[in-house]
Amino acid sequence: MKSFIHSARSLITPTYEWIPTPSQPSSAPFNDDHASQFHGKLLIREEIPLDDPTFRSYLINQLFTAIPSIEKHLWGHRCRRCGTRAKRHFAPIPCARCDETHVYCRNCIEMGRVLACEPLYYWTGPSPNWSQQDHACHWDGNLTTYQQHASDQIVKSMTTPKAELLCWAVCGAGKTEMVFAGIAALLEQGKRVCLATPRADVVRELVPRFRTAFPHTSIQGLYGGSEQKDTPGQFVIATTHQLLRFAHAFDGMIIDEIDAFPFHHDPSLLFAANRAVKPTAARIYLTATPRKQHRKRVRAGKLATVFVPVRFHGHPLPVPILQLCWQLKKDLAKHQPPKAFFTWYKQRSHPDRQLLIFVPTIELAEKLTRTLQKYFASSGQTIKSVHAADHDRAEKVQQFRNKAYNVLVTTTILERGVTFPSVDVVILDAGHHVFDEAALVQIAGRAGRSPKDPTGEVVFFHDGKTEAIVKAVKSIEAMNKRGRRL
Amino acid sequence: MHCLSCDQEIIVEVNWNTLFKPAPEPKLCPSCEAKLERIAGKQCKRCSRLTDQTVCPDCQKWEHHPTLAGALAFNQSVYTYNDFLKEIIAKWKYRGDYVLREAFADAFRDQFNITFKQIKKDAVLVPIPLSDRRLQERSFNQAEALAQVLDTPYQQALTRIHSEKQSKKTRHDRLASANPFQVKTPLNKPVILVDDIYTTGVTLRHAANVLRESGCPKVYAYTLARG
Repeated sequence: MKSFIHSARSLITPTYEWIPTPSQPSSAPFNDDHASQFHGKLLIREEIPLDDPTFRSYLINQLFTAIPSIEKHLWGHRCRRCGTRAKRHFAPIPCARCDETHVYCRNCIEMGRVLACEPLYYWTGPSPNWSQQDHACHWDGNLTTYQQHASDQIVKSMTTPKAELLCWAVCGAGKTEMVFAGIAALLEQGKRVCLATPRADVVRELVPRFRTAFPHTSIQGLYGGSEQKDTPGQFVIATTHQLLRFAHAFDGMIIDEIDAFPFHHDPSLLFAANRAVKPTAARIYLTATPRKQHRKRVRAGKLATVFVPVRFHGHPLPVPILQLCWQLKKDLAKHQPPKAFFTWYKQRSHPDRQLLIFVPTIELAEKLTRTLQKYFASSGQTIKSVHAADHDRAEKVQQFRNKAYNVLVTTTILERGVTFPSVDVVILDAGHHVFDEAALVQIAGRAGRSPKDPTGEVVFFHDGKTEAIVKAVKSIEAMNKRGRRL
Repeated sequence: MHCLSCDQEIIVEVNWNTLFKPAPEPKLCPSCEAKLERIAGKQCKRCSRLTDQTVCPDCQKWEHHPTLAGALAFNQSVYTYNDFLKEIIAKWKYRGDYVLREAFADAFRDQFNITFKQIKKDAVLVPIPLSDRRLQERSFNQAEALAQVLDTPYQQALTRIHSEKQSKKTRHDRLASANPFQVKTPLNKPVILVDDIYTTGVTLRHAANVLRESGCPKVYAYTLARG
């Protein structure tokens, strides 16, 4: 009966009770580096780069503990690595290793296959001794008043067990600088911190910045294909996917862009993020566009919030101009921008700015680029397109940043995380369903990022206002209002 | 029902024909299914490569090979080994996503019943084996998994000595490699070898050779993809 209730309960909320607690320091011999390499990791055998005899001796001496990898319940299975319980994610395999047919998890197979006959391994040996520095953060820049306020709140939450804080900061508020102090506070206590973000490009961009700011801390950057999988890291900067390899590892967790794809869409990433932190850990969420469930909790007073309504350069956010075009769908079907676009283009206030054009689909991005090429060629403007299926994506974005060409046509992949100093932003067909409220706010936030050119024009071309458009404009105006009031 | 490859939900159309007797559930969504290229029309009669010639240049070269000439009667493949199939087979074989076999099981069975309609009656299937070490690594043999789809009895008649993965070698290295196969159970019936990919044809010819040496009258090959 007890097991039935337990099983039924775990259907709704996954439990993490199965994660073993590290044992007392044992007398068994082991390599000191392995404590920092494996502490807090939940791995399959293939991910542990130890030879068989060493591994076996570690297992006998309980430095590693084996944990059954897939829970079997009355209602089905749950994978302990990714937390999925969807029936289609579990397929049977006639396994040659154990000569039996059992299930494996299809959901997290890209990170190495979890077989029901093979356990997950968790480090239960002595915890590593992370360095306790007197002064971890060596960044000496200045924070604005709003940033300072948020930074103080973050420090307070980070050092409070089980605290949760939503940092609602506009696009271009300077979020990275605001978390420095909070991270430093934990590192100075010899604790372990993680900064998770949904996108690998952001990890690649952040690691060198943090290495400069925290020169004496072991920092590990983790993303698919990164080469630092086995280096120790007191401070881990990882994609949210990499959290699938952690359990009860961190004393503090900062999740950047909590509303972004794929974190927002994939329940297994939330499962992993919750498992990766210790039960007493503090959690900080950073976002410019919180989703419904977070807003609800904010309104109900269940989630502490700190607002940063002004960009670091102190100027308000550019408010989008809405431009109705009756013929929009017809024009786009011919891969033509609407007339109104050309009218606007000819009389925009700063023709020297680069132009970022967002379109709803990859196909349209490519075809529209071809049409516009002819148009812009006469005025000597150069144009390129970039989308998720593009192999030269990173390179083209870098070229645009270096002002190697003037106009970039793109899809929602560039909606966040990228900064171009001086651009005007246009959305063609802003009413399309891929542009939800968060996307529209983020896209509008690409303009006016630089203190040298803190304004920028944002135009939404649409053929009928959608709820998302109205809400996005409202939310930008609300933030500007909040910023004026402060 | 979700697509085995892209996990999109597949919405099956219901009409008067399928209302009472539902059609078999599709394993792939229409857009993934469309990316698979069935081999049809003019092809090399020896190796199934799409070409206007009756025998392609590679197969003509094989005829002059000192040891492997005439080892295989012919090879039949089902799909062209395009980028999409490469991706799926890699996920199936190397990531070990066993259930992906279902994505091509039906086509694999259908083509077999067409090509080997006469031959299969008194032939036996022999899947290309993996070395023990590789089998432990993958936990299943993809060739055996394919043979199980077909309604003809199969026999593990061969063993394989561990060597580097074929897919990591160049064409030249492959052609020069030693024969890794040994016969476990000699067969005196025609044999249809089953494997996932025909690339250069060396592996299949090596296997065919040892079988023929141990008394097998004729060896055919049936593969999922023509590389």
